[in-house]
Amino acid sequence: MEEKAIIETKELVKAYGKFIAVDKLNLRIDEGEIFGFLGPNGAGKTTTILMLLGLTEPTSGKARICGFDPTREPLKVKRITGYLPEKVGFYEDLTAKENLDYTAALNSIPRKVASRKIDELLGMVGLSEMTKQKVGTFSHGMKQRLGIADVMIKDPKVAFFDEPTAGIDPEGIEQVLTLITNMAKHKVTIVLSSHQLQQVQKICTRVGILAKGHLVAEGSVDKLGREAISGGKFRIEIQLSKQTGKLVKSIKSIKGVTNVESSGDLLLISCDKDLRAQIARTVVDSGSLLIQMKIEEYGLNDIYMKYFREQ
Amino acid sequence: MSGMMAVFWKELADYFSSKRFIILSLLVYVAGIITILLAAQNIRTMAAGGTSTVFILLFLSAPQEFLRFFLERLSLFVSPFTFLFMLLIPFIGISFGIDSINGERTSGNLSRILAQPIYRDAVINGKFLAGLIAMSILIASIVILVAGMGLRMIGVPPTADEILRLFAFMLVSIIYGAFWMSLAVLFSVLFRSTTTSVLISVVLWVFFFVFSFFNIGQYIAGLIIPVDQTSGIDTLSQFETTYRLISRISPFYLYGEAVQILLMPFITTANIATMLANSIGTLNPLSLGRSLLVVWPQLTTLIALTGLCFAISYIKFMREEIRST
Repeated sequence: MEEKAIIETKELVKAYGKFIAVDKLNLRIDEGEIFGFLGPNGAGKTTTILMLLGLTEPTSGKARICGFDPTREPLKVKRITGYLPEKVGFYEDLTAKENLDYTAALNSIPRKVASRKIDELLGMVGLSEMTKQKVGTFSHGMKQRLGIADVMIKDPKVAFFDEPTAGIDPEGIEQVLTLITNMAKHKVTIVLSSHQLQQVQKICTRVGILAKGHLVAEGSVDKLGREAISGGKFRIEIQLSKQTGKLVKSIKSIKGVTNVESSGDLLLISCDKDLRAQIARTVVDSGSLLIQMKIEEYGLNDIYMKYFREQ
Repeated sequence: MSGMMAVFWKELADYFSSKRFIILSLLVYVAGIITILLAAQNIRTMAAGGTSTVFILLFLSAPQEFLRFFLERLSLFVSPFTFLFMLLIPFIGISFGIDSINGERTSGNLSRILAQPIYRDAVINGKFLAGLIAMSILIASIVILVAGMGLRMIGVPPTADEILRLFAFMLVSIIYGAFWMSLAVLFSVLFRSTTTSVLISVVLWVFFFVFSFFNIGQYIAGLIIPVDQTSGIDTLSQFETTYRLISRISPFYLYGEAVQILLMPFITTANIATMLANSIGTLNPLSLGRSLLVVWPQLTTLIALTGLCFAISYIKFMREEIRST
């Protein structure tokens, strides 16, 4: 890999007494990625994030963020990372602006710079109307958006979002995910933990599935799907005006096709790579009409269910 | 350091705008004014005998029955004003410190704040310091308020010695408050729920209250060294020493002793059981330096207790793992 690893863990272990929350985790996340950390509750997602931030000490193994060790150089790591905890809280008696002012002060950002930046960020997350309102009156979705502004204020290189979409309405989820995607466009590396798959699927460039402290799978959503469900193969489904044995045979003879099954007027073709173009030509050449063709897409849900059924 | 100052300024601003602070201040001011009115009525009797320290009697004079009541129960000289401080300062201290850490945790602020580039102790230090300053301002303002009102009422200005004594009194009161606050901070670190920590502090406050004001010390001392009318002077003085030793378990008593010595130049030892409240004016006053020497053990004990509570909270907080739940 040529890209620089922003986050790297080697054999990272965290044990609480006899309970092993994270077990020998090896992870590598590159600059500009949106990495989705998936897994059921208690899989060790939050613990991993806390270790990466230096808020919890690993039992063994090492973690590096931009080359810094979170245990030994916590301040250096905290200076370049933003963290939005799962149950994020703000001072309810303070206004949105005052809350961000405090974060800016904790980051030693000069008042003048901070003030301008806060207005800008509040505008970006769509809270500029609510600047003078106490956070106590905010809805959960608004707090989450304020949380994103709170993370952005220090211009992090890496941002961790722990269940950012939990407990908010669909519109709120959409807003939060758009904001996160926009952050990534500004070269911020993003680590997102969630158990809500559909949402993560939409925005993540890569996902890692964590179960009982182990990283059971890792890669892009399609790749994981193929590996999990069809043993790494592509599955193409076509519907024809008429099926002939000869056609099936000639499809089978295309290089890369491993299996053809017929069910009703549908043909299910398994192949090693995406052969849609070749298949279409074969069909048309044979004189048959191609009514529809689709490649099976893998939802994270399928992948997820597959992994957890095995557990 | 800059992290601690950021926490400090934010917390201090929080105190001054919080309902808790405003209500407590009002309560303390009203009670303070009542005590000064009470004192003004009795100052003439107390000052009889031509004492040089009239001004400080503002904080000390009270109806005879009041003074006798506490002398009998506590063997302490307690005026309405010092009684007010003895009872209210713990409340101020507890209410300032009680949710300092677990409140942040419950509200979900703690992990967010600790993810900022500050050392972890900046949070607890900044909070403690802000509480201390807010409390000092509250205590100093009430003393100054009472002094100012008293000055108008009696028209006798304080002497330099009296002013110094008042400052010493403020300082001891702040230390006393710091002790209760550090105890509350300790509970807020130890217990995850604010309700639990409040409950434990109140129970402790009530326990010491009962211990001090219901003669428990005397009773226990009586079990160790039985005394009756026929006991000799040795036994009696032994009983007295034991009784005081036991009583000092309670911070109320420690504070009471410290305050009576500091405010009353006439008291030469911690023991005033033999001194009569109504003849203060005829006693020979000590210099402030001497009074400080007498009060030193009480003072250091309070400071040590404060330090101990804070140290335990500090270590516990620094070592605590931030967990997901």
